[in-house]
Amino acid sequence: MWDYSEKVQEHFYNPKNAGAVEGANGVGDVGSISCGDALRLTLKVEPETEVILDAGFQTFGCGSAIASSSALTEMIKGLTLDEALKISNQDIADYLDGLPPEKMHCSVMGREALQAAVANYRGEVWEDDHEEGALVCKCFAVDEVMIEDTIRANNLHTVEEVTNYTKAGGGCSSCHEGIENILTRVLAEKGETFVAGGAAVAKPAAAKAPEAPKMGTLARIRKIEAVLDSIRPALQADNGDVELVDVDGKNIYVHLTGACTGCQMAAMTLGGIQQRMIEELGEFVKVIPASKEALVSMEG
Amino acid sequence: MSDIYLDNNATTMVDPAVFEEMKPYFCEQFGNPSSLHSFGNKVGFALKKARKQIQDLLGAEHDSEIIFTSCGTESDSTAILSALKAQPDRKEIITTVVEHPAVLTLCEYLETEGYTVHKLEVDSKGRLDLDKYKSLLSDKVAVVSVMWANNESGTIFPIEEMAQMAAEKGIMFHTDAVQAVGKIPINLKESAISMLSLSGHKLHAPKGIGVLYLRRGVRYRPLLRGGHQERGRRAGTENAPAIVGLGKACEMAAEHMAFENTQVKAMRDRLEQGILAAVPHCFVTGDPDNRLPNTASIAFEYIEGEAILLLLNKAGIAASSGSACTSGSLEPSHVMRAMGIPYTAAHGTVRFSFSRYNTMDEVERVIEEVPSIVAKLRKLSPYWGENGPVENPGEAFAPVYA
Ligand SMILES: Cc1ncc(COP(=O)(O)O)c(C=O)c1O
Repeated sequence: MWDYSEKVQEHFYNPKNAGAVEGANGVGDVGSISCGDALRLTLKVEPETEVILDAGFQTFGCGSAIASSSALTEMIKGLTLDEALKISNQDIADYLDGLPPEKMHCSVMGREALQAAVANYRGEVWEDDHEEGALVCKCFAVDEVMIEDTIRANNLHTVEEVTNYTKAGGGCSSCHEGIENILTRVLAEKGETFVAGGAAVAKPAAAKAPEAPKMGTLARIRKIEAVLDSIRPALQADNGDVELVDVDGKNIYVHLTGACTGCQMAAMTLGGIQQRMIEELGEFVKVIPASKEALVSMEG
Repeated sequence: MSDIYLDNNATTMVDPAVFEEMKPYFCEQFGNPSSLHSFGNKVGFALKKARKQIQDLLGAEHDSEIIFTSCGTESDSTAILSALKAQPDRKEIITTVVEHPAVLTLCEYLETEGYTVHKLEVDSKGRLDLDKYKSLLSDKVAVVSVMWANNESGTIFPIEEMAQMAAEKGIMFHTDAVQAVGKIPINLKESAISMLSLSGHKLHAPKGIGVLYLRRGVRYRPLLRGGHQERGRRAGTENAPAIVGLGKACEMAAEHMAFENTQVKAMRDRLEQGILAAVPHCFVTGDPDNRLPNTASIAFEYIEGEAILLLLNKAGIAASSGSACTSGSLEPSHVMRAMGIPYTAAHGTVRFSFSRYNTMDEVERVIEEVPSIVAKLRKLSPYWGENGPVENPGEAFAPVYA
């Protein structure tokens, strides 16, 4: 069964704003043919101010589809249409304290219903340009269509390139066979054949660990800080940050803040930091989230 | 009130009597059955007994036809790959569209390796077309692999007849009987079946133990080579406690065969009848005349399976669903789609699967809970109006699809 957050469960068991709004003047019907979920969003908009007075949903879909519909209606009530349109899928997921990667498409559907309903209110025709395929990379929630499009657009030839462009395959690497298959298929369209380049084995993470000279405590902590400093810009780019809390032997306790905390990438981020630490310190260490709730499995 | 477990096609509880039998083989009788000393020797005898118990349940002619594996999936892979390796000139496989992924995913992979895979289709009740099957049997076919009973709908295929048809053309026949063993009588020595897979955890033995039945004389190539275990046909030190447990479980399954096909079946039938009477717009999937006695697969129209399961779970009822969203794939169950069940119903299929541990009281409790759960979700559904499906559901709600 899925690991749904309390918030998701709350919105599923006791959904808010279920049913069609009376006197609605904006209706958005969207669905995803591949997964079968479908959603109708009805809005009551005040014409002068374009403020959303009321919103209701009807959903044919799974637990998280219902929960994200409920969340969306709560989020948009009282906003103007333009404000509401600024809500992203990630905002919906964040409002629900995260969704499993396989379920992110449920929040996409909510956002699309909103766009469709606003278009309907404004007398425009909304066209969906989003296409979605089977999930390939679970660590970073990247689907097949996204990978195919990126390979075509950028003339990619290797798994490594696909990872660099889409992040897919950058985590646990179990999806590399899947990515190779996509490359084989897409390259075949152009009459090219996919050649698996590069080494078939990865270099061991802590190969040089045993010989590393012992560092003094202070030097070691400085080194740890330096590694965190070098990672920080990347985290800050995603509105997150990391702080060193404590070092206890092999255990390095850190505190992830901002966008990183509740995010599904937390485990990945920690895994990445740990990898860097091991390489830089030349010894095996464990990077552990200092707050209890962030205790996520490193297996990803 | 304790929770109700109706997901026995997914896995079963280890029978306490099975567990008792297994216990000594962890800390006391821990020896390696291959060893000469007394530690190993006794374990060797225990395995022999288990092999006999399994042989009896399957009605196999020889106990050496039983090969222990690690699971049903391993047995399936071993059987199909063995047939291909042993007959390199035969490049075709016949199977069905409704197989378990343990067979289907392997076959799809083999297609990329240059093999031709014929997947037999099913009709709206999940039945095969045997004329079509017959027309595919040729000397290019290395193996036919068809499941005995379907894990989702419970539909039983005419395996003995199909095996006979293959044998007449000199073609190997494998059946994934993971859902059938222990639930319906099987007598392999009277059949033309070459290979059969079973899995312990579906019949009250532990997880991680399986069997490949290999008829004496059928050409075979091992998947795992190494030790001499299983007469060199499956290397690796035997999982002795699990094998002992599986033996006991098979003995118990034989004893309960009549119970399964009367009492368990009666509970299943009462559940179906009770739900169908109380809930509008739902129907049973699969072939009602040829089904496992323990499986009920009910499609609830206009709502989605995972949502149903979550609410059932909250009511203390464990079942499972063929909906896309429970598996993480985007497609609803390939079994439901193969039977031509429309999307709006295929997503709402729920499978209730029984075991001899269920009771009629539990059945009545489920019948009481289900109607309000379905009604609650239909209230949220855009396909549902005040008191029933909206008129022309397909037109009244025609979303823009991505
Ligand atoms: C028909 C069928 N075949 C194969 C399997 C796989 O068995 P195991 O889990 O032992 O690998 C299952 C169980 O899910 C099944 O239902």
